[in-house]
Amino acid sequence: MGVRTWLESWPVYRQLTGSDPLGRGKAAMSRRSAELQPRTETADSMARSVCPYCAVGCAQRVYVSDGRVTQIEGDPDSPINRGRLCPKGAASKNLVNSKFRQTTVRYRRPYSTEWEDLDLDTAMDMIADRVIAARAARWEDADSEGRPLNRTLGFSGLGGATLDNEENYLIKKLFTAMGAIQIENQARI
Amino acid sequence: MVAHEPRTVPTETDLRDERLIRENRIFGPLDPAPEAGYGMDAPPRMGFFTDTSVCIGCKACEVACKEWNNVPETGLDLLGMSYDNTGDLTANSWRHVAFIEQPVSREKLAERGTATGGQAGKETPAFEGLPTSRVAAPDMAARAATTGKETGTRPGVPPSPEPGAAVEMATEFLGMPSTVLPGQLPGGERTDFRWLMMSDVCKHCTHAGCLDVCPTGALFRTEFGTVVVQEDICNGCGYCISGCPYGVIDQRVGDGRAWKCTLCYDRLKDGMMPACAKACPTESIQYGPLDELRERAARRLDHLHDIGETGARLYGNDPSDGVGGDGAFFLLLDEPEVYGLPPDPVVPTKDLPAMWRTAGRAALAMAAAVAVAFLGRRP
Amino acid sequence: MVAKERGAKIIHVDPRFTRTSALANTYVPIRAGTDIAFLGGIVRYILENELDFREYVLAYTNAASIVSEDFRDTEDLDGLFSGYDPETGVYDPTTWQYEGQEAAVQDRDPVMERETAMPLQHESHGPGVSGRVRRDETLQHPRCVYQILKRHYDRYTPEMVERICGIPPEKFADVARAWTENSGRERTTALAYAVGWTQHATGAQNIRTGAIIQLLLGNVGRPGGGIMAFRGHASIQGSTDIPTLFNLLPGYLPMPNAKLHETYDDWVTSICHPEQKGFWYHAPAYCASLMKAYWGDAATPENDFCYEYMPRINGDHGIYKQVLDMIDGKIKGYLLFGQNPAVGSINGRAQRLGMANLDWLVVRDLFMIESATFWQNSQEVETGEIVPEECRTEVFFLPAASHVEKEGTFTQTQRLLQWREKALDPPNDARSDLWFIYHLGRIIKEKLAGSTLRRDRPIRDVAWDYPLHGEYAEPSAEAVLREINGYSLETGQTLRTFGQYRDDGTTVGGCWIYCGVFADGVNQAARRRPGKEQTWVAPEWGWAWPGNRRVLYNRASADPEGRPWSERKAYLWWNEETGCWDGYDEPDFERTKPPTYRPGPEAEGTEALAGDDPFIMQGDGKGWLYAPSGLIDGPMPTHYEPPESPVRNQLYGQQANPARKVYDRPENTTHPSPPEPNVEVYPYVFTVARLTEHHTAGGMSRFVEHLAELQPEMFFEVSPELAAERGLTHLGWGHVITARGCVEGKVLVTDRLTPLRIADRIVHQVWMPYHWGPSGWSTGDSTNDLFTMVLDPNVLIQEGKAGTCDVQAGRRPHGPDLLEYLREYRRRAGIEEFHHTPIITTDAAEASHRCGRTDDGGA
Repeated sequence: MGVRTWLESWPVYRQLTGSDPLGRGKAAMSRRSAELQPRTETADSMARSVCPYCAVGCAQRVYVSDGRVTQIEGDPDSPINRGRLCPKGAASKNLVNSKFRQTTVRYRRPYSTEWEDLDLDTAMDMIADRVIAARAARWEDADSEGRPLNRTLGFSGLGGATLDNEENYLIKKLFTAMGAIQIENQARI
Repeated sequence: MVAHEPRTVPTETDLRDERLIRENRIFGPLDPAPEAGYGMDAPPRMGFFTDTSVCIGCKACEVACKEWNNVPETGLDLLGMSYDNTGDLTANSWRHVAFIEQPVSREKLAERGTATGGQAGKETPAFEGLPTSRVAAPDMAARAATTGKETGTRPGVPPSPEPGAAVEMATEFLGMPSTVLPGQLPGGERTDFRWLMMSDVCKHCTHAGCLDVCPTGALFRTEFGTVVVQEDICNGCGYCISGCPYGVIDQRVGDGRAWKCTLCYDRLKDGMMPACAKACPTESIQYGPLDELRERAARRLDHLHDIGETGARLYGNDPSDGVGGDGAFFLLLDEPEVYGLPPDPVVPTKDLPAMWRTAGRAALAMAAAVAVAFLGRRP
Repeated sequence: MVAKERGAKIIHVDPRFTRTSALANTYVPIRAGTDIAFLGGIVRYILENELDFREYVLAYTNAASIVSEDFRDTEDLDGLFSGYDPETGVYDPTTWQYEGQEAAVQDRDPVMERETAMPLQHESHGPGVSGRVRRDETLQHPRCVYQILKRHYDRYTPEMVERICGIPPEKFADVARAWTENSGRERTTALAYAVGWTQHATGAQNIRTGAIIQLLLGNVGRPGGGIMAFRGHASIQGSTDIPTLFNLLPGYLPMPNAKLHETYDDWVTSICHPEQKGFWYHAPAYCASLMKAYWGDAATPENDFCYEYMPRINGDHGIYKQVLDMIDGKIKGYLLFGQNPAVGSINGRAQRLGMANLDWLVVRDLFMIESATFWQNSQEVETGEIVPEECRTEVFFLPAASHVEKEGTFTQTQRLLQWREKALDPPNDARSDLWFIYHLGRIIKEKLAGSTLRRDRPIRDVAWDYPLHGEYAEPSAEAVLREINGYSLETGQTLRTFGQYRDDGTTVGGCWIYCGVFADGVNQAARRRPGKEQTWVAPEWGWAWPGNRRVLYNRASADPEGRPWSERKAYLWWNEETGCWDGYDEPDFERTKPPTYRPGPEAEGTEALAGDDPFIMQGDGKGWLYAPSGLIDGPMPTHYEPPESPVRNQLYGQQANPARKVYDRPENTTHPSPPEPNVEVYPYVFTVARLTEHHTAGGMSRFVEHLAELQPEMFFEVSPELAAERGLTHLGWGHVITARGCVEGKVLVTDRLTPLRIADRIVHQVWMPYHWGPSGWSTGDSTNDLFTMVLDPNVLIQEGKAGTCDVQAGRRPHGPDLLEYLREYRRRAGIEEFHHTPIITTDAAEASHRCGRTDDGGA
């Protein structure tokens, strides 16, 4: 750092020599302030998304840096929300990054008073076994008059309406293939 | 009702004037950025125009501000001030949506000579013909006035002139004699009702008391004419708190530093809109060059007066007021006090010039001493 | 607000003064659950003053259609229509039909239709009605729909509206005037509702009343008109279009019914109704393509596309029946995908007791919601009804990916599909639901690969090949969307329109109404041409079903000759030179069918639609002022009191919806309602809704600091009058009591609520938000615990917006004392043992039953 540059970094010098004699403006600007940039500008990537709350379908832009969401705001291109969001949509980053979010599998044994950890693959395998058993337990081939039923009443499913169309499609397809007719959604409620 | 004569407000171009900048450094009309060293070709002064007549009280501004500026939560506290659970502008709430419930009695409506208390576009009073017999608003206001809220901050000057202001206003609005107890409404019923909502924010004053008294240079005027606390400089001395005539700025407990709205300085640098204005679903919060906003506000005010919204007024848009006009100004539907705003804010450093002459020499000497100390520190 | 600035007049009808009311031009208070009386009053006002848009009504609605001479109205039968069977509690709809068509419904099974919510299967079309109907274009025939409607609503006067709804006549007149004056050639009015309107025992009929008004005023199929449901969840429309519902398959195809659809032909024929007009005529192609999508190569025309694999319904398998079956131990396992019934569903205690009696439960969510922790912190743990050490339910909590951590489409409330790009991978064990269901299916397929059981063949054959990518082996959502869109097995090309679907097994298509979303092999839902660079209709943002049409039935925006009704409201018009429909939107009509087209006498399906039949999914091509078929509880909306009400029905002896679905269970006791005694034990009306700052059962807001702090705890709102009556103080504690539960919260005494004068007495209403539960950052009691399960008979939606209650100051009892407290209330109300309000409260039931008899063939 040259003496001059170094000296210019000193606010009082700038104040006394510059056009900001009271030192309330340019002379007082810190290096951080001078170099400040919006983090959306420096983000690694931006994905175009849709708000997960209500059904208006406001478009969002999701900014990511270092593997973490750093900002979610309205997409000005959208003819629906023109860049705006309601308080819930505006809180989407907080939703995704919430410190209360549970990101590992938890397991509660029958009659237990506490949660345990469980490996995801093990959990999937255990769930598959239980689905198969429940399906068999209340399988019905035909009704009392011999008409085919091809169904099980052994288990049921209830989905929220924040499921993607593709997810709902596969859920209904798998349930139907398993003969599981008891599937419902927030859409009823 | 008060007749609102349209006042001619000087434009920022008028205010970007060598003489004004020289003479009004401390008080009076001024375009602050050129005065603060950014030259006569500084960017136009930017600000907020918050039009409360279209505010829907959704609080998207509060959330969007916190999300962008990483402002911490303020804890869980039901305040009972209508739907306002934020309470005030603090170091941890840089936007604050105020909610004011105003019942109107039949007598008051009649007195105003309008069907709906001067509310624009209202067809019939909200509760006309219903078996109402009491009011709750003064009770709510009284309770709110006594609510001690732990904000995690060290609050500054309370913005309301008196704690009981809200109670009085609620009573006044009903046209009740002040001797009547809250909840009682003799000889009438609440016939109409209005629910005022207003998103409050730092005013980014032309003459900012906080900035004038800041001894460390943490508070500074940006090239956009806004007032920003620099978090890398602030040492938490707290002088700025008493410097603010609106009670906006305060300190965060545990951190100690002062925090407030930056008008999203980082976003502005990139030509972006501040987070709150961007999110606002109804454009109640408008951002732009102050000149443009003032024009827009004047047109809006005329329109509201034309359609019978007689209580509409601008707040903080006049460069000749006690703070030289606000960078963030408002369109209100009632007296400023109703919203908890001081009616005539004056920058506490107004009388500084007189003091300055005597203090000047001493200050210069002090500066020289500091300079020596600073130079001596060089590694 | 933009509309308001442009001069639109906003009227807000709501039991309490809300933030919306604050900005509206007119606020109209109303007693919860009385919407049909209010809107019926508007219908009367229109008809009485002949303010209907006559040309539109004559040309496009069934106003002129003649109804069976056997039909009897609620005016004749004290609140019942003809055909009510007091034994089964449902109607035989024979006498409701158009004249000469009575025989068409003779094979119907009304009980089955209610149990399986069959009207929901008709969501996007009319049920079977012949296209050939006798009409009286003068509208003078006493049995034409117009005259029947006029008579039906004749007593819905402004004075009656006030007696029922509590709306003063001046205010009612304001609304009626504003609505009618703003409708017609030059102007249109939109009716917007939030879906709380549907959550009533008369839910479907509430919306029907709105539809009648909008049709009478010519506000359907035109710009600025319509009925807009503001649905409450990001893809709730999608969840109905591609349903995870027990009675529906994708595209509103009915789930096969054991009794009605034994064979593939039975099933297909029941959908396409060969004798009727409209696009359901091509149902064989939609069905075959779905079967090909499900069963892949195994499905052939020879084996009826594996129809034998399809499971069959034959009764109520809905969510409330499921919950009761859980309590009874009949259901072993339960999978929850981002849903929190422990808080969000009505009668929360029943929900939680059901979950506590499962073998296993899988909860997929972002947060540890109450439906995962019911065994730890529910109110029943507090009262001792659930003892963790004795609760056997095995619970798997599987963390879910958030909306930015997966890709896929949401369908928003106006049928618009929007593709979300993935921003980043989900953290740790979190996975998308697509991942979960795909891999669960894969594992189950692997486990059953060697099975020789007949019942396992569908699992072995189900087409389950989707490309996987990434570290987590995530299935390709685009591949799934492509299958939903449909493609040709011959060319491999994606299909452009559902008209290309084939019934011979040469096309695959998972949801016919979504065909076109992947037209030309391009993900059309991912289109994001900025709104500013397009017309105001913005057709290139996302993709709307069907066929990217933004306004349904938009043929009605032009007059019968194909000219816009007015320049101001031009939207679609017939271009004589090009022989096409032109306009701002895709025509919701055959593009080249001229307005002058008239079908031949033998024409069926789309061919039978005339050039001026805009309602192309209806069997007669007309908008229905009167629904001869398709609704369980009557052809016209009728005011009934909510199942729990403090007042007697002012119009009829019949108190509440006589066809409502009830569950006679001790967990589900209902309060006494007039004409029963002891109504005063639960004297107040309560209604529930959301706050802007929270989301539904709170799973996505109580765990989000920047939202929860804005509405930090459970509260409820009362008027100063009710506060005085019950000694409630602002910000003090209070609690609300019903036979099902008790909910405490802080009291907000506010001028925004008002007592109403109903009949000759004062009725107080309490308003409550329903977002809280014992988990999360912000916690509180769950309001939905207060409701009983009583359902609308058409779609099995619950009465979740109007109930009766008591309100008291102070906190509720905690622990086992709470049970005694509730019991004491029930004792005083005389409902200590299980109680259900009588279904029939009129002597006219037998007469109605006789009127509906069709032994003589009906015609």
